[in-house]
Amino acid sequence: MSDTLAPATQSDIDEPRANVTAAKKRVGSIPGLIFRIVLCLVFGLPLIFMIISGFKPDDQIFSDLTSIRAFLPVGHLSFDNYTAVFDRVPFGTFIMNSVIISVCTVVLGVIVNSMAAFALARLTFRGKTVILSIIIATLIVPFETLALPLLWWVNKLPWLDANGFSFGWLDTYQVQILPFVANAFSIYLFYQFFDSIPKELDEAATVDGAGWFHIYRKIVMPLSGPAIATVSILTFLPAWNSYLWPLMVVQSENLRPAMVGIDYFKQLNVSWGQLMAYASMITIPVLALFIAFQRAFINSIASSGVKG
Amino acid sequence: MSSTLESRSADVPSIPAPHQLGSRRAPSQKRAAAWMLAPAAVLLVTFVLIPIALTFALAFTDSKLVSPQPIRFIGFDNFTRIFADATFWKSLRNTVVFAVFVVPLQAGFALGLALLINTKIKGVNFFRTIYFLPVVTSMVVVAILWTFLYQPNGLINSLLLKIGIHGPDWLGDTHTALAAIIFMSIWQNVGFHMVIWLSGLQTIPSSLYEASSLDGASTWQNFKWVTWPGLKQTRTFILITITIAALALFTQINIMTQGGPLDSTSTVVYQAVRAGFQQQQTGYASAISLVFFVIVLMVSLVQRFLTRDKDQVR
Repeated sequence: MSDTLAPATQSDIDEPRANVTAAKKRVGSIPGLIFRIVLCLVFGLPLIFMIISGFKPDDQIFSDLTSIRAFLPVGHLSFDNYTAVFDRVPFGTFIMNSVIISVCTVVLGVIVNSMAAFALARLTFRGKTVILSIIIATLIVPFETLALPLLWWVNKLPWLDANGFSFGWLDTYQVQILPFVANAFSIYLFYQFFDSIPKELDEAATVDGAGWFHIYRKIVMPLSGPAIATVSILTFLPAWNSYLWPLMVVQSENLRPAMVGIDYFKQLNVSWGQLMAYASMITIPVLALFIAFQRAFINSIASSGVKG
Repeated sequence: MSSTLESRSADVPSIPAPHQLGSRRAPSQKRAAAWMLAPAAVLLVTFVLIPIALTFALAFTDSKLVSPQPIRFIGFDNFTRIFADATFWKSLRNTVVFAVFVVPLQAGFALGLALLINTKIKGVNFFRTIYFLPVVTSMVVVAILWTFLYQPNGLINSLLLKIGIHGPDWLGDTHTALAAIIFMSIWQNVGFHMVIWLSGLQTIPSSLYEASSLDGASTWQNFKWVTWPGLKQTRTFILITITIAALALFTQINIMTQGGPLDSTSTVVYQAVRAGFQQQQTGYASAISLVFFVIVLMVSLVQRFLTRDKDQVR
């Protein structure tokens, strides 16, 4: 799991091992390079087109389509599309909602799932294997099979807040956060990681009189940076991108997240340039995060392929 | 919360000295375990286990999302309705077609990409980053962007016109709509499985490649006898995850075509959402969900069985 994705040694097979590290990195074969660059264009150009078009008026976007200008920041560039987004929908509210929901889901998810995994990995009690296998069994159930019964169910659940006791969670923050906090896969990832930390640490601390919660907080969690990063990333992406669930449970604008917001924005018959400006604003922050923490992102995805 | 913040900033975690640990006696493991499991257990029961049970229970009732009337048990009525519904069969067919194309194509392209960048050459990190960009872009954004690209006078048809082809109205034509969505979905997701293949490739010990080179193996022989068998576990995992995700197709459909034209892109989950959310027929939607769940379960069991069987023969 903690393997880095440093490129393996396939092209170095015919060289002696000792020379591999010293060997200068080569460019590779020319056809291979051309192939890689073409693929870069296939994956990169649509996104570049999106970002560039956000700065152009619609008539220019369409007149640029027939040339390379479609991907270049040329012509009448302005922030008009961006200001139009803010004029037509409460975009600031949408993005704040997305941030609140994602951050709460990630923070609560890391705490709740790591605590459960700690109990399963490092404490002995009856029924442990049963609980672990139930948790792993739920991994094969896709959320889509549960979404509609869950919609009916959350509409019946009770809630207690400053206004007193009430039933029905539709149109709230908690309905967008709490169903996604406890996650079988996160528990499993933490479990695997905690299991690999030497248990002698616990024993030593117990002898010194430390409680289990103390061991969890002060010994195991500080050693689990990589697992925390992985779970955070694997929780953040689906929370930020979630669409089906908020589409069903949120009606009011002041609770609507950005992904559902762009769908509503599209239905206002806005111009393509404005739509691309909105799309850029909810995409660029995540792309920037990805590029900044690339290694952590890639490692998280790679560890999601670890076979259970 | 403070614990997670601390742990992130602690680069070199140190074991606290004994005097910092206090002199409290350790409570029994059982009690500690119960407290630590409780939050996750309550949430998993409320939002996973009970909904699973509800899927089974509500599928046999006429329950509505909001209704003052009590729920009635109606036996298999929902299922007879589903199986008599031509739109459902069309949706099931589209879902299966989508999966049949996406699973091999996406897994294959992803493996190709992984092999292409699993080398020690200059700029390989750059290429990996670019191929991965669509994965971190939300499917909602990708679907809206490609709706634009697929317009009759959009970017794709403008490019095709340059080489003399009059492109169709991709999303408005019953013959091309599903194919267009298949292509876009692979474009968005292939980087994800590229990374999973890559991590699989890196578990193959390089000594195996060295040994086969000594025997004078060609690139193809290397792939056939070293790489492919070494990817056995990764292969099963990738097949099952792509299949389940493909069968759950919804977002692209809801944004790009709303199931149209003429139901040519409607899917099982899209029908379930239409029934349970737009029409508020929770019972009927639960029945569709149950059918969907049984399909997913069967497909992943069959796949697991097939991949296991083949490996034994080999």
